[in-house]
Amino acid sequence: MSRPVIQVENLSKAYQIGQIGTGTISRDLERFFVTKILGKEDPFLKIGENNIRSIKGQSDIVWSLKDINFDIHQGDAVGIIGKNGAGKSTLLKLLSRVTSPTTGEIKVKGRIASLLEVGTGFHPELSGRENIYLNGAILGMRKKEITRKLEEIIDFSGVERYIDTPVKRYSSGMYVRLAFAVAAHLESEILIVDEVLAVGDAEFQKKCLGKMGNISKGEGRTVLFVSHNLGAVQNLCSKGLILENGQLVFDGAINESISKYLQGNSFSNELINSSGRKGNGIVKFEKVTVYGNDESQNVVSGQKLNILFKIQNNHSISCNRIRFDVRIEDDFGQRYSWVSSSLVKINNELVPESILIHYPRNNFNNGIYYATIFLTVDDEVADFIENAFQIIVENGDFFNNGKIVPEKQSKILMDFDMIFS
Amino acid sequence: MQNSRIANEWDLVIKGSTSLFDLRFKDLWNYRDLLFMFVKRDFVSFYKQTILGPLWFFIQPIFTTLVFTFIFGNLAGISTDGLPQQLFYLAGIISWNYFSDCLTKTSTVFKDNAAIFGKVYFPRLIMPLSIVVSNLVRFGVQMLLFLLMMMYFYFFPQTNATFHLTYAVLSVPFLVVLMALLGLGIGLIITAMTTKYKDLTFLVTFGVQLLMYGTTVIYPLSEAKKKFGGMSKLIEYNPMTGIIEAFRYSFLGKGAFSLWSIGYSSIITVFILFFGILLFNKTEKNFVDTI
Repeated sequence: MSRPVIQVENLSKAYQIGQIGTGTISRDLERFFVTKILGKEDPFLKIGENNIRSIKGQSDIVWSLKDINFDIHQGDAVGIIGKNGAGKSTLLKLLSRVTSPTTGEIKVKGRIASLLEVGTGFHPELSGRENIYLNGAILGMRKKEITRKLEEIIDFSGVERYIDTPVKRYSSGMYVRLAFAVAAHLESEILIVDEVLAVGDAEFQKKCLGKMGNISKGEGRTVLFVSHNLGAVQNLCSKGLILENGQLVFDGAINESISKYLQGNSFSNELINSSGRKGNGIVKFEKVTVYGNDESQNVVSGQKLNILFKIQNNHSISCNRIRFDVRIEDDFGQRYSWVSSSLVKINNELVPESILIHYPRNNFNNGIYYATIFLTVDDEVADFIENAFQIIVENGDFFNNGKIVPEKQSKILMDFDMIFS
Repeated sequence: MQNSRIANEWDLVIKGSTSLFDLRFKDLWNYRDLLFMFVKRDFVSFYKQTILGPLWFFIQPIFTTLVFTFIFGNLAGISTDGLPQQLFYLAGIISWNYFSDCLTKTSTVFKDNAAIFGKVYFPRLIMPLSIVVSNLVRFGVQMLLFLLMMMYFYFFPQTNATFHLTYAVLSVPFLVVLMALLGLGIGLIITAMTTKYKDLTFLVTFGVQLLMYGTTVIYPLSEAKKKFGGMSKLIEYNPMTGIIEAFRYSFLGKGAFSLWSIGYSSIITVFILFFGILLFNKTEKNFVDTI
């Protein structure tokens, strides 16, 4: 096994929450006195709490990361996964030296370039070309290096025509393309990428992922990648780290990590607290359970696929006033399935409490898919949750011949006959 | 022993607490291209989409000189040591401007760049240094104006006001460095102290303006000594006074030029700068969390 290029030991980061004001200075003085003059442990860190955001805590100090240990080896592509607030971004910030740890240390071999945001330091008045130099230098490139790669960067960004126009006149897409192009051509041994791929169109996202794949697989450089897009993580990474409330709960191969993470999420998802939902809420989604052949089984290609929604119907709305749609997309937003109550006959008088969608044969190939759910009552939106939950489809023997179709060949599997004559 | 050998294999160790004196100047050197990129950015973005472009660098000192000449020279009748008033004021204004620009712009470095600093690492000191260098460009352009005006007064001398260059002009580069570093040092201290408690920022905005009156910008030190007596010591203790007086003496031949006062200013500057860099370095590690 190659030697580690990043070694993280007992890494912790505490944050102070709440207001900083007059009250803080007396505490700062006390901390200074106790730690620097008496040489004791910081009294305020002792009372720190886990960073569980939804619970009101007792302390003003929370541990965003607590005692993290891991090694990363040369050429690893590591996906860092975890829910919002798990400490992913804090970890990346520490690794990229934006802020420093409270305790513990990180040892690094090689140059780190981090991409926590695309286009950091772009100046709107400067032209694309000038911004390539500026941004490149901010990311740690020398001028010669940038000049050498200029052609390649411009080419990758696909904005050649506008390269001498101030970037303030760029469309947001062009801006992002240019910014990513610069970052992608960094010659650092270690690349850290936060969810920057959430921007740009699907084609460009694909290009970015491809480039990142090249960087790690082709060039043997080390990549750390944070994303909520499990599909992208799975595609790109070979190793996974799961963070939960500031603690490292799993460190292993990517497929294991993802299934572990999803288990942790439990197979059924509470929807009642989903954020970013729209609608008047007369009828609300409460919970969803996704399963295969029966409730104890995972979702596998070629087998049954069941999606069971529990809904909150406090106003006793009957079926005939409800319209319910589900669409399923992949991680690039490409839609593969749309089903709707408007396509089927529904018992009119029933007051539903749950809805089951049953696909008799699951055509999805192995991968992760995202479902968006939409429900109207009397043609008014009652509840609409985009990317409400994920559907993880495992490899299955779709064609009943023991052969597995690689995900890269096709996302959808269809029955077929092939006739030679 | 073995431990230190292993530690040496790492290029970088990120820790919570590092030595106060670990200033990482090598890092700074590696990022020198960035410094010039920032300078270019400041310069280019300053005159883009303007008609007069870099000419704007001239306009501010010209108008200030005119106003000073009118108010302090003619209306208040403050002596200019027998120098042509315009030259006297302009010399004070451009050097004071350089100092105060370095100070005020540096004093908001953390606040102004929180967005960049929060997303990417580079040695933070690059930013204030680039401010000093871009202001140096501006200062250079204004020096040109000053030299032009000196030429004018040389060919069209005024009857009651004369000036002459002195050999002390050789010390001007050193004086300029002093102005820059003094402004930088004070700015660094202020920016480091305002990341958590913002009180000091309010002081800077009017403090620098008032400090100008405590420096020999609109009056010569000799005049202050005559009028204030012992109180003029306060003005002498201001490290900028020695610098501006020497600057004026170098070009115009009048002013209090002494090795003692320059030495004093240099020592204060070095002390403030050193303290500023230490404080800045200590602050940069965590300021993102509190700003």
